[in-house]
Parts: sequence; structure tokens; C-alpha cells
Amino acid sequence: MNAPTAAAAAAALTATERNARQTEVVVALAPLVPAHALLWQREDTVPYECDGLTAYRQLPLVVVLPETEAQVAAVLKACHRMSVPVVARGAGTGLSGGALPHALGVTLSLAKFNQIVQIDRLARTATVQCGVRNLAISEAAAPYGLYYAPDPSSQIACTIGGNVAENSGGVHCLKYGLTLHNVLRVRGFTVEGEAVEFGSEALDTPGLDLMPLIVGSEGMLAVTLEVTVKLVPKPKLARCIMASFDDIRKAGDAVAAVIAAGIIPAGLEMMDKPMTAAVEDFVHAGYDLSAEAILLCESDGTPEEVAEEIDRMLDVLSGCGATRMEVSKDEAQRLKFWSGRKNAFPASGRISPDYMCMDSTIPRKRLADILLAIAEMEKKYDLKCCNVFHAGDGNLHPLILFDANDADQLRRCELFGADILETSVAMGGTVTGEHGVGVEKLSSMCVQFSAEEREQMFAIKRAFDPQGGLNPGKVIPTLQRCAEYGRMHVKNGLLPFPELERF
Amino acid sequence: MASDPALQRLIDQVQAARADRQLLDIHGGCTKAFYGGPRQGQPLDVRPLAGISSYEPTELVVTARGGTPLAELEAVLAERGQCLPFEPPRFSGAGLAAEVAAALTKGAMAGTGASPEPGADLSGETVGGMVAAGLAGPARATMGGVRDHVLGVKLLSGRAELLNFGGTVMKNVAGYDVSRALAGSLGVLGVICEVSLKVLPVASATITLRQPASQAEAIQRLNKWGGQPLPIHATAWWEGMLVLRLSGAHAAVDSARQQLGGEVIESELAARFWQGLRDHQDEFFNSAAKAVESGASLWRLSVPATTPAIPLSGEQLLEWGGAQRWICTSAPAATLREAAAAVGGHAVLFRSKDKSAGAFAPLSPALAKIQRELMLAFDPEGVFNPGRLWPQG
Repeated sequence: MNAPTAAAAAAALTATERNARQTEVVVALAPLVPAHALLWQREDTVPYECDGLTAYRQLPLVVVLPETEAQVAAVLKACHRMSVPVVARGAGTGLSGGALPHALGVTLSLAKFNQIVQIDRLARTATVQCGVRNLAISEAAAPYGLYYAPDPSSQIACTIGGNVAENSGGVHCLKYGLTLHNVLRVRGFTVEGEAVEFGSEALDTPGLDLMPLIVGSEGMLAVTLEVTVKLVPKPKLARCIMASFDDIRKAGDAVAAVIAAGIIPAGLEMMDKPMTAAVEDFVHAGYDLSAEAILLCESDGTPEEVAEEIDRMLDVLSGCGATRMEVSKDEAQRLKFWSGRKNAFPASGRISPDYMCMDSTIPRKRLADILLAIAEMEKKYDLKCCNVFHAGDGNLHPLILFDANDADQLRRCELFGADILETSVAMGGTVTGEHGVGVEKLSSMCVQFSAEEREQMFAIKRAFDPQGGLNPGKVIPTLQRCAEYGRMHVKNGLLPFPELERF
Repeated sequence: MASDPALQRLIDQVQAARADRQLLDIHGGCTKAFYGGPRQGQPLDVRPLAGISSYEPTELVVTARGGTPLAELEAVLAERGQCLPFEPPRFSGAGLAAEVAAALTKGAMAGTGASPEPGADLSGETVGGMVAAGLAGPARATMGGVRDHVLGVKLLSGRAELLNFGGTVMKNVAGYDVSRALAGSLGVLGVICEVSLKVLPVASATITLRQPASQAEAIQRLNKWGGQPLPIHATAWWEGMLVLRLSGAHAAVDSARQQLGGEVIESELAARFWQGLRDHQDEFFNSAAKAVESGASLWRLSVPATTPAIPLSGEQLLEWGGAQRWICTSAPAATLREAAAAVGGHAVLFRSKDKSAGAFAPLSPALAKIQRELMLAFDPEGVFNPGRLWPQG
């Protein structure tokens, strides 16, 4: 069952039927949580109707905000008994609609689980409740010279529970890994409300390693209540090179050349000319507005190490034809270099009524190819696109600019986005690098995975959640959905793609 | 039909086994046959499915077929100054022969996708076996394990379906991360036909230091240093001596050497030491092998790194900053299992003549149920490697 189907099912229900179901659920949950923790009136549940992907909205049947683990378990048990879908929700900053409510489901807000349980300085771990914000972990660890490495752009607001659900990334993944690489243990509940613990504070556990399935499962396999993460020593120093290129291809080649030189930069980011113009206007960081592409290359470590690596990177970049290079002189300047990159999304919001952020990943060597392909698509769909990339990981964030009030622009924007995703897959990449599938990329999953592969994913889902109670309709598209998507392709003939490279 | 005849033969064999209700024993070089539960079923030899499919040094990605000899893969990476950062063990002794292998395969296999010539040496561990066993060497604590470096996989499921998960890119959250869950699965989810791995450049400088320390002192120092930005790459403690390998930029290694102190071990000797530790061919593991012959057991305890010295009889060797403890002992299995569980870890019966206690510690009921269901989700008939991960029935 996928979202549109679920929505259709809900639409098919009469208001009377929906109200009856709602009453049934409220009556069942009321004895389990305090009165203020149970919301079902429209004005109370509207704030939960979407996450960071506001284009998709759905009013939940009921919202529950439990305050204790016992309450979570009781709510899950009751929902399981009544076959009510449960959608767990953190800060709601997700960008793919992973926390989009289910029309006939309970939205389980875990916002109240916001305590840092323990920072263990010697073991270099932090044990935190799922609703603790990403940045709050690093802040709590800072007095010990430690921090939590994954740093999604939304780190001020997003929670660790959501990071686990999405396997969130950030700008330092190439060197420090994704959420998966930095989580030791996840404790929570199964769909039946039974306590379960994945991983441990040791480096491995007996039997199958379930952590890679749990992290990135978008709330479909279990409900996360508490997470133990690794903390890493804060580098003594970080410095950043800002390099300009007069040609996109040269910038793309420079990314490959840095890696080929045996350097793993702490961050390696790219912005194209339209993006640079948009962010410069916003943050005034002194970006080179004449450059076709700007690379930000960061080195961190001991002062000696950083000096050595910065020299090597400067050599490589100038060898690749950088037209201008500047090394941050101090922390203030380094942060200034980054300010534009970190503000790419709001800067785009200033130059366009709406934007749609894509998140595909491609092999690094295809960076220039995809940029040139996107430039062609701008003409084809008659829409502008600004590009920021986690170049070190090949993770693209093209921001398609459009006006949602114009139905045709929205339609062209969706086609544009799908085209980028499918071109990425054809180049040997993936439809989502760090934002997740949610509901947004369900159709694109039909392109990346065969029917057998999708069925295998459903089988995994059933192994954890036989009745499909946790966040149903997300991540894995049904056969029917893919068949419909396939027909749309043929009919429109807009999105041709050759035989896909699938290793 | 699969385009590769070796792959098609595997598919046919799995189909036939399903039809005949036969069990299959998936294997590569059989160098880790001792690991886990006993082998049973018809052999399914993955070695004919060999060869490096693609290697892109600037992408930090290599893709190899399951039967590719690990020695070949490591030799190809070494030519470009790269490596498998998790240092998988080579129990066959291929580590010693690595230089020879590098000379033999130089340029011959990379990128061609060619299968080995008839009569080629098929001994030694395979890439598929490395992933299925999920074992990592001295650098595990700092560089991550096998799982952390898997990017994608082509899996032959128990339904004889060829499935691709993950890919060749660093960031990929499209669907469940099946490929990484195969690390350490011991074949129970399917045949690893091809795998893409993240590789890394070999550090420009490496140095090994040695300093005397009691076990308690070693654990304390390692955890304290772990919280500082130091280029510690691997650690080992045995018989009152703490050995540290520093790895990274020249400048970082130099300054850390002065900060940490201790005697610098001559590089050739140091390389032999770490290789011996990695491949279980050093003094500790050699004497453990003899003890196992005479009835003792070699246990691997995976525990939180800060766990104080575990008071058990028998020789102990610590790795991974204190997070992995090898114990050669005749103590009963329950003693080891309880000691590990008490500190939040687990004990693996690694080598023993008597594995009646089970190779791996039992799971909580909730996890046991999920794992059982997951195995059925991939292999409904239970064709693959039954009993290898958990005792049958």
C-alpha cells in the first residue's frame, strides 16, 4: 500500500466512517496517556500534516505525544491490536515525506524524549533519547573536546531519532561516515510494543547485523527511543580552501584528482555559478561571482597535518586549472567560506517562490556530465536550477526553482526532478543519497529496483512488521504503482533512459 | 539467463537444490570453515565466479565477483596505493604470499573482468567469504569493519533470484541497506555474487611504538588517547606490552610519536607483527592453535572498550583499543558468555574442537524472532548454510 492508495482508501471512507474510527482509537488510547498528550481535533493535528516536504500533506487520524517509554509501548500495543498504522515522528525536518501522516493512522510524536541520558567521556559515547537534536549532542560533548560527526544541514533542529530513520549525512561524510557509521546502539520497540535493542556498546553483536537495516529504515521496522552514538575527538584545527574554476568539467576533474592524490578531505563541496550568485547576495562571503564553479576543500587535524594536507590540495587544485584559490586564515574566515554553502537552501528561497531539492548520488567522475545534463534539462523544462553538491561523496542537491501557484510550473518541476533522478541512476548512481525515499521518491524506486528487489524489501519489512503497521506506504513502491509509473513514461515519452547500468 | 556462465551455473544449482529440497553449503576457499557452526549440505563453490569487475581508484570503489581471491584484490589495490581499510584476516597465509601474488597478477586481472585461467591457483580466501564472515583486523576500531565499507552487492537469494542492493556510491539511502547487512551473515541470506567496496589510500606515514603496560594501564591509556585527536590506527596488548601503530600524514605521526612515547619498532619487524596479528599467525595465535589441539578453546570477546581487565584464566590478547579480547582458555563456555554479557558484550567460540556450546551467544527473544524471520525472508526453504549461524531446530 503506498501513500496515494492509502489516501484513496481514506477518501473512499465517508466522514461518518472516519469519525467512528477516530472515536474508536481515541477511546482506546485515552486511558494510556495523559489527556494533553492525545490530539484529534483538526486545529490540534494540522501542525502534523506534513514534514519538511510541504508539498505533501495529510491530516492524521490522531496524534499522540507519549511521555514515558511505558506509554509508547502501551500505545503501540493498542494500535497493533486494532490494526491502526503508526507513523513515528521526530522534529519533522525530513525532506522526503517520511513522516507524512497516514489518513487512518496514529502519528506518534516522540518530541518529549529529549533528554541526554549520558555522555561517557572515557568511552567516547553519548546515550541520548531519540528526540535530542543532532547539534545538542555535539554541544553537550564539547567540554570534553568531543563531538558527534554527522552534520546534516538541519542539525540545529533535526533529532537523532530522525537521523537514525534516514541515515542522515552532511558535509563531512567522506571522512567521518554517515549516521550508520557513528551509531553503536539503538533501543526501542517493535511494532507489537515489545522492547528491542539493536547493536551494543561493543563493536559488533552476535548473528546478523541488523543495524544497517534499522538505520535508514524510515520508521518502517521499529520505533527508536534511545540511541548511543560514537563521539570523536574534535580536530585541533580546520582550514578550508576556496577554489574557483572557469569550467565545470575542470572543477569536476579536480574533485577526482584530490581523491586520486590519496587525500580524504574533511569536506569537499561544490557550488555552480547560479548558486554562488544566490548565496553571495544572501551572506556576502566574498565568493568569486565570475567562477563557473567553486570548490570548498577542508582539511582538519593537527596543525602540522593540516598544513601538509592544505599544501598538497593546493598543488592538486592549481594543477587542475583553478583560477583563484584562497585559504581560510582563521576560524572566522573558514566559517564565512562555509556560510554560503550552509545557506544554499534559504538563499534559493529568496530568489524563487518555491524550490524543489533533489538528492541523488552519482559516481564522482560523472559530476560534470550530470551538471551539463541538468543545464540541458533547464531548457527542456523551462525552469532554472541552482546546484550544490557534496562533491566528495558525489551527492547532488540540485534546487529546481519554480512557483507552486503555477500548476504547469509544478508539473514541469516534478518532471525535471524525476529526470535528474533517472539520469543519476543511469550514470550508476542512486535516487537518494541522504534525504530518504519517503513518499517523494516512491516512483523513482521503480526505476532503480526490479520487481524482485522491491518484493525482497517488502519481505524484510514483514520480517520486522508482519502486518505492516509501521509507517505503511513509504519507501517501497507497490507493483501497481510501478506499473502505472511505467505507463505514464510511455505515454509522455518525456523521460527516455537507456538500458540502465546496474553493476 | 545470466550473461556470465559461472553465475548461471550458480543460479541453476540453487534452483535444483530448491526443487530437490537439498541443503547447500556455500563456500569459497574454505579458509574459515572452522568459524561458526558446522558445515552441511551440498557444496556450492563460488570460486568460478571470479574477477574484478571494475576498479575506479578516484572513486575509491572496487567491485569484485564473490569468488575473486582476496589476495588478487589486495594486490590490485596495492598497485594504486589503496587498501581495504578493515584489514580482513587471511588465515590461509595469503598475507605472507601477498607480494608474490602482487607480482603475478600485476595488471593482468584488473578491469578485464576475466575469469582466472584454467589451472590457476584457486586457493586462499575469497572476497565473498571475506564479506560473509565479516571479520576485520587490527585497524577495525579506528577504520570501521567490513560492513562499514560495503557499498553494494549482487545477491543470489534462496528463491534463485539475482538481486542488486546498494551500488557504487558513498551515499545511498534508497530502500533498506541490504548490502551492509550481508557482512557477517555467514551465507544464510544468500550467495554473495558480487560486491562493491569502499577502499582508501594507504596512509603516507606509519610507525609502530611499544611501551610496557599492565592490562589495566593499557585499557586506561587507550581509552584516554581515543578521546584525543591522535593518529592511532591499531593497538595490541599482550604479556605486559602495549603496541601502537600510528598512521596518517607525516607531520601528525611525528608529533604523536613524541607525545605518546615508547620504543620505535623497526618498520619491517613492525609490519610482520601486524600482519601476524591480522592473519592469526603470530606467537599468541600459534600457541593458541596448539592449545586448541589439546582441548582448550580460543574465544573472541567483543566488549565495550572501557571494560576493565576481565579476570578469566588463560592467555589474553587485547586489540581494538580494548574492544576485542582474545582469550585462550579451558574455562567452561558459560563462564565466558556470562563474563562478556555482564559488561554488555558477547563471546564468540572462535576455535575449538568442541563447539557444542554454539559458536555465537544466544539472542534476546525479540531479536531471535526477527533474525529467524529475516532468514526466511531471503531463503524461505532454508537452503543456504543451515546451522552455520545458529544451531538447527
